[in-house]
Amino acid sequence: MSVNQQAHTGPPYGQPQPGYQGYQQPAYGGQPLPGVPQSQYGAYNGPMPGYQQPVPPQGYFPSLGFPSKGSPVSLNSDTSSLAPNFIGSLRAPPTSGAPPPASGASLPSGHLAYSQFGHGDVQNGIPTSAAPMQRPPASQPFLPGSAPTPVSQTSTFQQYGPPPASVQQLSNHMAGMTIGSTTASAPPPAGLGYGPPTSVPPVSGSFSTTGSGLYTPYTASQGPPPTSVSQGLPLAQPPFPGQPISTQRLPTQVPGFAPPPSSTGIGPSSYPPTTGAPRPPTMSGPPLPGQTAAGPPASQPNHVSSPPPPATMAGPHPGPHPGPPMSGLHGPPPPTHPPQPGYQMQQNGSFGQVRGPQPNYGGAYPGTPNYGSQPGPPPPPKRLDPDSIPSPIQVIEDDRSNRGSEPFVTGVRGQVPPLVTTNFVVKDQGNASPRYIRCTSYNIPCTSDMAKQSQVPLAAVIKPLATLPPEETLPYLVDHGESGPVRCNRCKAYMCPFMQFIEGGRRFQCCFCSCVTEVPPHYFQHLDHTGKRVDFYDRPELSLGSYEFLATVDYCKNNKFPSPPAFIFMIDVSYNAVKSGLVRLICEELKSLIDFLPREGNMEESAIRVGFVTYNKVLHFYNVKSSLAQPQMMVVSDVADMFVPLLDGFLVNVNESRTVIASLLDQIPEMFADTRETETVFAPVIQAGLEALKAAECAGKLFIFHTSLPIAEAPGKLKNRDDKKLINTDKEKTLFQPQTSFYNNLAKDCVAQGCCVDLFLFPNQYLDVATLGVVTYQTGGSIYKYAYFQLETDQDRFLNDLRRDVQKEVGFDAVMRVRTSTGIRATDFFGAFYMSNTTDVEMAGLDCDKTITVEFKHDDKLSEDSGALLQCALLYTSCAGQRRLRIHNLSLNCCTQLADLYRNCETDTLINYLAKHAYRGVLGSPVKTVRDALINQCAQILACYRKNCASPSSAGQLILPECMKLLPVYLNCVLKSDVLQPGPEVTTDDRAYIRQLVTSMDVAETNVFFYPRLLPLTKAEVDSDSLPAAIRNSEERLSKSDIYLLENGLNIFVWVGVNVQQSLIQNLFGVSSFSQISNALSTLPVLENSFSKKVRSIVDMLQVQRSRNMKLIIVKQEDKLEMLFKHFLVEDKSLSGGASYVDFLCHMHKEIRQLLS
Amino acid sequence: MATYLEFIQQNEERDGVRFSWNVWPSSRLEATRMVVPLACLLTPLKERLDLPPVQYEPVLCSRPTCKAVLNPLCQVDYRAKLWACNFCFQRNQFPPAYAGISEVNQPAELMPQFSTIEYIVQRGPQTPLIFLYVVDTCLEEEDLQALKESLQMSLSLLPADALVGLITFGRMVQVHELSCEGISKSYVFRGTKDLTAKQIQDMLGLSRPAVPIQQGRPLQTPEQPVISSRFLQPVHKIDMNLTDLLGELQRDPWPVTQGKRPLRSTGVALSIAVGLLEGTFPNTGARIMLFTGGPPTQGPGMVVGDELKTPIRSWHDIEKDNARFMKKATKHYETLANRTAANGHCIDIYACALDQTGLLEMKCCANLTGGHMVMGDSFNTSLFKQTFQRVFNKGFNGEFRMAFGASLDVKTSRELKIAGAIGPCISLNAKGPCVSENELGIGGTSQWKICSLDPSTTLAIYFEVVNQHNAPIPQGGRGAVQFVTQYQHSSTQKRIRVTTIARNWADAQSQLQHIEAAFDQEAAAVLMARLGVYRAESEEGPDVLRWLDRQLIRLCQKFGQYNKDDPNSFRLSESFSLYPQFMFHLRRSPFLQVFNNSPDESSYYRHHFARQDLTQSLIMIQPILYAYSFHGPPEPVLLDSSSILPDRILLMDTFFQIVIYLGETIAQWQKAGYQDMPEYENFKHLLQAPLDDAQEILQTRFPMPRYIHTEHGGSQARFLLSKVNPSQTHNNLYAWGQ
Repeated sequence: MSVNQQAHTGPPYGQPQPGYQGYQQPAYGGQPLPGVPQSQYGAYNGPMPGYQQPVPPQGYFPSLGFPSKGSPVSLNSDTSSLAPNFIGSLRAPPTSGAPPPASGASLPSGHLAYSQFGHGDVQNGIPTSAAPMQRPPASQPFLPGSAPTPVSQTSTFQQYGPPPASVQQLSNHMAGMTIGSTTASAPPPAGLGYGPPTSVPPVSGSFSTTGSGLYTPYTASQGPPPTSVSQGLPLAQPPFPGQPISTQRLPTQVPGFAPPPSSTGIGPSSYPPTTGAPRPPTMSGPPLPGQTAAGPPASQPNHVSSPPPPATMAGPHPGPHPGPPMSGLHGPPPPTHPPQPGYQMQQNGSFGQVRGPQPNYGGAYPGTPNYGSQPGPPPPPKRLDPDSIPSPIQVIEDDRSNRGSEPFVTGVRGQVPPLVTTNFVVKDQGNASPRYIRCTSYNIPCTSDMAKQSQVPLAAVIKPLATLPPEETLPYLVDHGESGPVRCNRCKAYMCPFMQFIEGGRRFQCCFCSCVTEVPPHYFQHLDHTGKRVDFYDRPELSLGSYEFLATVDYCKNNKFPSPPAFIFMIDVSYNAVKSGLVRLICEELKSLIDFLPREGNMEESAIRVGFVTYNKVLHFYNVKSSLAQPQMMVVSDVADMFVPLLDGFLVNVNESRTVIASLLDQIPEMFADTRETETVFAPVIQAGLEALKAAECAGKLFIFHTSLPIAEAPGKLKNRDDKKLINTDKEKTLFQPQTSFYNNLAKDCVAQGCCVDLFLFPNQYLDVATLGVVTYQTGGSIYKYAYFQLETDQDRFLNDLRRDVQKEVGFDAVMRVRTSTGIRATDFFGAFYMSNTTDVEMAGLDCDKTITVEFKHDDKLSEDSGALLQCALLYTSCAGQRRLRIHNLSLNCCTQLADLYRNCETDTLINYLAKHAYRGVLGSPVKTVRDALINQCAQILACYRKNCASPSSAGQLILPECMKLLPVYLNCVLKSDVLQPGPEVTTDDRAYIRQLVTSMDVAETNVFFYPRLLPLTKAEVDSDSLPAAIRNSEERLSKSDIYLLENGLNIFVWVGVNVQQSLIQNLFGVSSFSQISNALSTLPVLENSFSKKVRSIVDMLQVQRSRNMKLIIVKQEDKLEMLFKHFLVEDKSLSGGASYVDFLCHMHKEIRQLLS
Repeated sequence: MATYLEFIQQNEERDGVRFSWNVWPSSRLEATRMVVPLACLLTPLKERLDLPPVQYEPVLCSRPTCKAVLNPLCQVDYRAKLWACNFCFQRNQFPPAYAGISEVNQPAELMPQFSTIEYIVQRGPQTPLIFLYVVDTCLEEEDLQALKESLQMSLSLLPADALVGLITFGRMVQVHELSCEGISKSYVFRGTKDLTAKQIQDMLGLSRPAVPIQQGRPLQTPEQPVISSRFLQPVHKIDMNLTDLLGELQRDPWPVTQGKRPLRSTGVALSIAVGLLEGTFPNTGARIMLFTGGPPTQGPGMVVGDELKTPIRSWHDIEKDNARFMKKATKHYETLANRTAANGHCIDIYACALDQTGLLEMKCCANLTGGHMVMGDSFNTSLFKQTFQRVFNKGFNGEFRMAFGASLDVKTSRELKIAGAIGPCISLNAKGPCVSENELGIGGTSQWKICSLDPSTTLAIYFEVVNQHNAPIPQGGRGAVQFVTQYQHSSTQKRIRVTTIARNWADAQSQLQHIEAAFDQEAAAVLMARLGVYRAESEEGPDVLRWLDRQLIRLCQKFGQYNKDDPNSFRLSESFSLYPQFMFHLRRSPFLQVFNNSPDESSYYRHHFARQDLTQSLIMIQPILYAYSFHGPPEPVLLDSSSILPDRILLMDTFFQIVIYLGETIAQWQKAGYQDMPEYENFKHLLQAPLDDAQEILQTRFPMPRYIHTEHGGSQARFLLSKVNPSQTHNNLYAWGQ
């Protein structure tokens, strides 16, 4: 919302703005038709209905508003009038979004767009794609296209760029609109997507094809709308905010686009891109031309649904629409007028078509499986054009260009931070950085009813020890002296910037529970005239969102300050481990690695002590006391009742015992070189570590290197229970559940002692990750899995992981509590931890990569004035053994309007929550149930938006909130993930592994994990350090003559097309032909040429960004490995039955419609 | 044969046997009226300088239930080459090798002077001796250091091919692997958990892949040394290694908070030691040598908790049934002892601590297996060091004075049955026709196992005359007893020593004086004492005293001469004259009196009493007191307070203590320094004389006695004063005495 407001304010338009604002609110609130405009629209509606009636697609009717707005408005109110109209339209249409803008000429266009959307076009997708792509092209194309209108249109396009600028906004809107419509047009390829605009000239053709011809769209679109998912609307709405601006320039048009209030949210996003990009794009415009050509198709994209209709539409529309459609999108105004008539016509036609599509939907959707089958998504003409649906790439690019440049200042309540994919700098001015906390929504419904209605989960993804980029400062350490941190007497919240000091500073009122607490004398400070403490800026806890307190002894276990933690390395020395060279590798690495243990800030050496254990069926402890000439081995064979055989000399300071340790690590591989022991134990290993830490009275971390299913006679012995037959049955959940509760109890003990377990697995067969990982998972540890470990190919990856894991910042014996202001309450937690009660998240260890997702529920009303506050307090022991409290505060807005909620959501975070929620669900329910629940929830979210926030439009339109326009695509990725829909090649262990991994992921990781990043390497600019622009994850976007890189946080694939130039192959792989490329490569050969260097630097850059070293896999097109690769092209239909993006979108649309009816 | 005394002495020297009665009453009824049972003290391996062992197998009676060994008492038909068993009267063929015998060409075993004979036999492979050190590390630094030195020193005393192993324990138990190079390796066990032998062997990786082991004779399969060698290694191979290992031995590192005892897992350590040997070398000569510096405080066999505020059980607690761990612990150690004995191994206990160490509970380990029990104040004392050294003493022929895995088989002629044995042995449960239903000591068997013995180890064996009164034995008939001891010599040879003795029967009614004259009161005293101690171990103390008193009264009644109601008329014949005196001191001895002794001390004293030979036993019952003065040569004096005179130096030997006590005057002289003056050299000599004599005793005694040098009024004089008959006390002046 804020964005919108800004936009509004931004626009000089006195009139529009006021109107706007007024409108917007009302519009949101009462989606019905806002004031005047509405009426106008209303008039329009009249006609529309007519249309509609004739037209079968009733769905359209809802969009009636559009039509009304559309032509009449636009007509009536020229530019000036348009503005108001827009506003009105905006509000009213919000849903329809685009239409209102159309009020003027634009309105129609907007409507068109809407209608198109209605047809089922996913506008969202378009906008994004359109924005970048289209911008440039659009402008140019437009120009050429329609002289008058087009021009205006063009201008609008340009406007895209700068969101603030009215023009840009307009453009944005346009973008949004177009997106709506264009999305469908998939113009994405041609940023031109905007193509619509571009299409303008060709318009007729293109539009028609799209079926989204602006005007035509209306009519036609209506037709298609039903079919098409009219996300466009929402998108369109975003534009609205911008609209005012647009109004100025191209009032009519802009409005049309802008109208969708919902789009506002989007608007911003789209703006940025437009703003930044737009202009340049314009520059790029030239290319657009080419795109323009594409443009036409682009238009189609807009109307997702349009595809089918388009065809038909195309035929009919083209003629009539051509002009209009173009106008509709770009230069709606001019066309609008004429269009109207055409509209009807078109509509009718479209309707018919629409119907067609609808049925398709039905058919397709009914059987989910059908999805894929249905329309051969590839055939552009028949199906929704993938380019027309919301593109993640576009959204990411837009956000990056809009918000990447300015620092994100956290001073304002309820600000939505930039996307995780955007590089930005954070300035802490009272709220925690989004690197620490991200929320699904920054505007929380005031009441639980609202929350329930919207179904938008309220959750925060918290990464308490997140690593900050060097340019940001670490949280300051505050020492409040012997009495400990100043806290509220009642709720025990810690002093924070939101505490209100009263009575001249003698007391403070808690911002969470309102209890008044005396300020301790040593903490007293006078207040200045604004009621702020004089030392406000001297105290981090008063002025910053994140800071640390030094804990007093009261905060320590047993009321004793903790000892420095310990690392214990526990190495499997059974036959497999020795034979594969693993043992030698680990020992070699540890020799140097122990010099890089984490240390506190300026300390010269790490306070962490180390210990070593090896094991097979029995455990071997090592005494490495510095006074010994030789290490001593102590064998414990009593695995049934594990204990630590020695105290002194087991955990040692690295520097003191260096020679003994080195000698030990030298000898371990030798000692077991001839071992014939193949059986291993596991639980006793953890117990041993636990006991060792207990004996040493410290917290710590176990690094366990394990190779096989523990079948030796011992507690925690497991049997092979892997059974693929269970998949898709009610018993499937058992595969994710531990075999025995033994490990749960063990985990509990570990947590009590602060014993964190990191597990490195090297399985050659099933080893039951679900069970082995229980302790790791509950103690906040990490699992690393290297299936079929081979020294040559996997050692670098393993060593990098190990190094990182050992070196990374970590806190021990941690307890996290999230306090909230009255009205909401943290009710559920997801992540790797243990909870002994309902509020305290206990983690034996917590490293900088671990994330906890917290869900909130209402238990009372919130007020808009005071907003909602979160305080996450993490009590932990630092790596030097210092007990500390890390506090993160975050203030959120509260809203009484659903639209505000939808405008301040963050889809990435939402997906993070949904994925974690679903992944936990598989423990208790059949996977299918979980999937259905997931789909259902999202459908409800979107349906609620459609019902309450979007401007009325055809039920056939899929209207997505700007902020959530990627929800369907991401959701589909979650649904298709290995956990929820495993392919035949996915092992049970993999699923369990991934399930646990995801549970600790932060937003950035889930984002790339579910929607991998696909980079065309051959497009990389060799001279710059930037990454090539990502492309969407679909096979049809791969060119046979290019090389691509795909990364998802776990793997990096390098895909080589069959027609890649030999020189490239030579440069990259050092072999002379495609057939000579070995797919056994685990690293790219180091070659002295710019291409090789560039690619390797890209790989390195990506590796650095991820918390784990990704496995590099070379995939040659048409090679058998390609199947694996294709699995990650998530927009395509997957082999395991996952729907393609397009199909899924249709399915979602159907779900939503069902909910709405 | 001049006197019975000479006869007895000769018998003892030749056969190591002393009977309470050397002429036997011929019927059951009469025998019971003799009060003192027919019994003997047998020293199976009595050192015989003049007894060269023969290198062939003994000839056995062919009757399966008899299997007596051919002996001088057998009737031999040289022509028919037959011999008649003197126990079962079975007629047996001589084996072919004896074809050439005749009256003039007799094998040794038929010559009367070879009533005791030793055979060396070839049976199975010879396995080297095994010494498994089980070392407590919960010691004070000094103690541990001293112990380590002693252990290191002992390596040089061991037979070169002996196998050694090392187990250390504290809170945990560590079994050290001795074969590895580089990293020293040990297997560690929790000290609180008892493990079965199988578990232990599994955990030590000793479960062998089905190597067939014939019972009692481990085959020398190639694998076996490999398996065992990880923990038990020939001394000559690893003495450097082991010396280093011992050198690096640290005190138990687990923190002991104030007010606590260190956690000591003696029970588990022993259990593991037993299990280890059980799995690797069953039925081979092996010593488990436990060195402990305190009571077991955790796990099975714990004797006391680790709270210092709870003292270790005293006799008082035991009487009140307040010793909560005692029964359980005792049971644990008994189980272990039985297992050990079944495998033919023995357990030595070297306990050095100022407080009790749980010997009461652990005593059976040594008692049942023939192991040593040594109690001292610290490992850093010469008492321990020399005692330990003496374990490895060699005999006159350069052989270690230790033997292993002996079984003693007793055969009797028909008129006798075997009632039981008392000594460091366990029953082999060999029922047979000569086993009595009445048990005295460890009965119900005619065979016992003595897992470890040395030349002085002495068993008391009790018999019952079963001949009915109405079936008189023909005049001149003799009863015979044969003792067959099979054992593993320290040279690892298998040997069999056979002793066959015979005594005359006499009708107690007509020939009582013969029987009386043939009474061996010393042997009788020791035999009665053993019975008494044996009962005391299992019964209440006072009852035992009463029983002893009654026996004495009955004896006096039977053999004394007196007029009724005239105490002064009471006379006993010479052969009984000392017996009452022995009984008097026995009543006062620590073997029966627990007052002023801790349960551990009582156990310790009783342990030694039950295995020493007659002479030493007598010393224990009635300590020897020598007086040195200017009035004449050193002389034995009465163990009576009247013997304490100012101008005497007294030397008392109680077996466990050697006390040199300077009379008041002598002490003053010494203080005045007369001994340093040339003109009083005789005084110097006088002072020196008891020291030299004491040294002589110290040289040979095992265990080393506590050596006390004190003087009149010295605090240590209590050791003397508590032993002497208090005929004169400060109470005498008033009304004391009867």
